[in-house]
Amino acid sequence: MTQAVLSHKRPRGRRASATPGQIGLALAIAAFFVVFLAAPVATVVYVAFTEKGTGAFTLINFVDFARTDLFIRSFWNSIYASTMTVVVASMIALPLAYITTRFDFRGSVLIQTLAFLPLIMPPFVGAVAMLLLFGRNGSINLLLDDYFDFKIPFMEGLNGVIFVQSIHYFPFILVNLSTAMRNIDRSMEEAAQNLGSSGFRLFRRIVLPLAMPGYVAGASLVFVKVMDDLATPLLLGVKDMLAPQAYLRVTSVGITDPMGYVISVVLVLIAVLCMWLWARAVAGKDYNTEQRGGGGLAKRSMKPHEKWIAYGVVLLILLLVLAPHISLLLLSFATVWSFSPLPDAYTTAHYTRVFSESFDYIKNTLIYSSLAGLIDIIIGGAIAYLVLRTKLIGRTWLDWAASAALAIPGVVLGIGFLRAFYDVQLPGGRPLATMWIMIVLALAVRRLAYALRACYASLQQISVSLEEAAESLGATKLRSARKILLPLMVGGILAGFITSFATAAVELSATLMLVQSSDDAPLVYGLYVFMQSAAGRGPGAALGVIAVLLVAACTYLSHLVIERTQSAKGAIQ
Amino acid sequence: MMQTMDLARTRAAVDVDIRNVDLSYGVNHVLKDVSLRIKPGEFFAFLGPSGCGKTTLLRLIAGFNRADRGDVLVGGEDVSNLPPWKRDVGMVFQSYALWPHMSVAQNVAFGLEERKVPKAEVVRRVQAALDLVGLGHLADRKPSQLSGGQQQRVAVARTIVVEPKVLLLDEPLSNLDAKMRIQVRRELRDLQQRLNLTTIFVTHDQEEANAICDRIAIMNDGVIQQIGTPVELYEKPANLFVANFLGAANVIAGKIEGRSFVMGEGLQVALPEESHPPTNARLVIRPHFLKVDHAPPAGSLPAVVSHIEFLGANVRYGLTMGDVSLSVDAPFQSSTALYKPGEQVFVTMPLDKGAWLAV
Ligand SMILES: Nc1ncnc2c1ncn2[C@@H]1O[C@H](COP(=O)(O)OP(=O)(O)OP(=O)(O)O)[C@@H](O)[C@H]1O
Ligand SMILES: [Mg+2]
Repeated sequence: MTQAVLSHKRPRGRRASATPGQIGLALAIAAFFVVFLAAPVATVVYVAFTEKGTGAFTLINFVDFARTDLFIRSFWNSIYASTMTVVVASMIALPLAYITTRFDFRGSVLIQTLAFLPLIMPPFVGAVAMLLLFGRNGSINLLLDDYFDFKIPFMEGLNGVIFVQSIHYFPFILVNLSTAMRNIDRSMEEAAQNLGSSGFRLFRRIVLPLAMPGYVAGASLVFVKVMDDLATPLLLGVKDMLAPQAYLRVTSVGITDPMGYVISVVLVLIAVLCMWLWARAVAGKDYNTEQRGGGGLAKRSMKPHEKWIAYGVVLLILLLVLAPHISLLLLSFATVWSFSPLPDAYTTAHYTRVFSESFDYIKNTLIYSSLAGLIDIIIGGAIAYLVLRTKLIGRTWLDWAASAALAIPGVVLGIGFLRAFYDVQLPGGRPLATMWIMIVLALAVRRLAYALRACYASLQQISVSLEEAAESLGATKLRSARKILLPLMVGGILAGFITSFATAAVELSATLMLVQSSDDAPLVYGLYVFMQSAAGRGPGAALGVIAVLLVAACTYLSHLVIERTQSAKGAIQ
Repeated sequence: MMQTMDLARTRAAVDVDIRNVDLSYGVNHVLKDVSLRIKPGEFFAFLGPSGCGKTTLLRLIAGFNRADRGDVLVGGEDVSNLPPWKRDVGMVFQSYALWPHMSVAQNVAFGLEERKVPKAEVVRRVQAALDLVGLGHLADRKPSQLSGGQQQRVAVARTIVVEPKVLLLDEPLSNLDAKMRIQVRRELRDLQQRLNLTTIFVTHDQEEANAICDRIAIMNDGVIQQIGTPVELYEKPANLFVANFLGAANVIAGKIEGRSFVMGEGLQVALPEESHPPTNARLVIRPHFLKVDHAPPAGSLPAVVSHIEFLGANVRYGLTMGDVSLSVDAPFQSSTALYKPGEQVFVTMPLDKGAWLAV
């Protein structure tokens, strides 16, 4: 009798209503989003659509934008560079995805490892180093000129931006595409072969369409990343692109000049458009076909000549991908390196200098990124809990807001922070926007989605029945969350922290706007400043190497943590 | 040969000949010297327990697996070295493998398009194939909007529309509920008869194989145990595995002395005239051929009831006769007519209904 009542009540009663604690939590998170995401972005939009001084609604700023040659050129340059980066990156990623998913190929592990490279070094760090290898008077062109009497303009103007960005960001396409391809049940492909299809036709008609959502996800991510990046073009001497223009307007003309805000609105619109395209491409197309034994596309072994070609392609791409890292390393140890294929002599002086002068940069980075990571896992964990474990009305909005933060370009968020919190005065008359904590908050907003994904993933793996068991034994929701969920989620949370930390450590777009004095500046800012002058390149490169090592260590650590927790869970079950 | 569009086959059915095939996955020897010949137009089944190599053998015929040794001939032509897309052997996958990004009609049209069939004819033949499986009205749906049974029929339509030489079905009914299974298997048999299409059907459900197949190959551990019609296999199993795999069987070891079968501690049954088993023999006899009585009929043996299982139409008695245990099925009559555990009974064994295996 009691049982009947219980089982009747349970499915509806248990999760229909929320506890006051949950509501409070949700409201607190919502407040965070309103203050640190909605308000800055709304400020940007407001300024773009109002008359300077009077605050009256106007479209004149946009008309000005459209009438100014520089802005129109910047707009098309940005579109062109982003599009071409996607094209070139796809040309690199497609063969690699094909080789690793379709063949038994030893190099596969190597190629998968490439995926981590763009995470551990922002593209602008390599940009200067790439100039030394591929520039007009870089190693490659010097050699070409010596032996064949011609040069290739790899790094001239937009070419340089496209070149640097595509070898930097192609792994985003590679990873998404090959995951999608691996998730296709092998019988999908076999059924087509059985009906007479083979080779490229089979790839085009079955494999590619099924992998399309994955491809579009990767491609739109790359597109947005290139749109958002301001440091790479600036360091390569390209000013007529949207993000650099926004930055230059706000920093040189001033934060009251509306043009920076207009450009920001344009950037947001492009990013939202990309996200929309991506959402459309994925909508209703969950092609991850249920695996029935022998997962993924049928892998076949390669014939000898195919193997040679495959290794050749992989080696070439690998060299290309590692080029910025290698040249950065060389540069950090070089005394003088110009007009020669390799540096003239080597020294460790740059490292000594960096450690004595720039230690603050490193310290700041560690503090900012840790704080941002901490904020992210607290909020991310709470959102994951609210979405997956409660029936709170509007809980998916929180998730949606976190994803939206991903779509807001860093420059825009930076400008928004600056403007929205400039008028908020601290006691003593200092604007809130100039406090270093603003950098931390901007980083936290930018990286929240990463931590959230990690928390989601680990919470999803935990069966609800574990908590229900605790509750049936008398634990309250809060206690069962703390005593059952938290210990089980700890690995995922840690992984989320490290991802947020590592990516925040190399984030520059938003930071560049918010750094007010070099005492408060993080490592990437120092890097950017060093890289701008010829004399600073050596120390800059040394700082870059340190940043790469720092982030690489973190990435590896998170990898270990994830693996360890997974094998631990396996042992329990 | 492609111009027929009503799918009434003009092409003669072909045979499939598998000769001395060996196949290993690394050290795992999966198919061991497999030979069999499937006659033109036959509905043939591979039947065996999970993991015995049925799917592997089927995929070998389709060209997805390569044999280490041996040949596969389809219609007399050696296809061992042809890739799957040149074999013209249609396969319906266990998971159906319908492409989720294409509509039902697009799925079915795929094979025709690969064969460069003119557009208008593609449309006609797709419609004909869908009508044939009773799904003409669902042509524009996506596979995800269909029920399991409908998906299965689309998978079949997609395969037969190209008029393959041979139709391969890998457990096509395993995703359907019990009732659907019976309906769809009849439809499959019907379709196969109408198309006169050599068909191979993989299953581990013996009832399914018995119900619709002309002949069955029983496999175990990569070895073909026996090939025959369902009745032959049931009546004259070639070995213990087949005897036990196809329904319940009593297997009793014994000796032939004179014209009697002697089992256990000297229990004797007289051999029928025409029976000539080997000296050391095992008798295989189905439970329902044995008879139990209260009073001893001529030639019966005394036994004790050890347990009773009520099966519905039948009652299965477990009997012990000295150190020999037997199962006997008797039709259920009434609750009062049941024998009880511990009760003394008499068993009649009609040896002419049994099969003999050498020890
Ligand atoms: N790709 C593979 N690599 C290695 N071993 C395999 C592979 N595919 C199948 N096997 C092994 O070969 C044996 C036969 O597999 P197969 O799939 O043919 O069995 P099956 O008779 O179809 O079984 P089921 O009824 O469960 O489908 C099994 O032991 C299986 O583990
Ligand atoms: Mg199978």
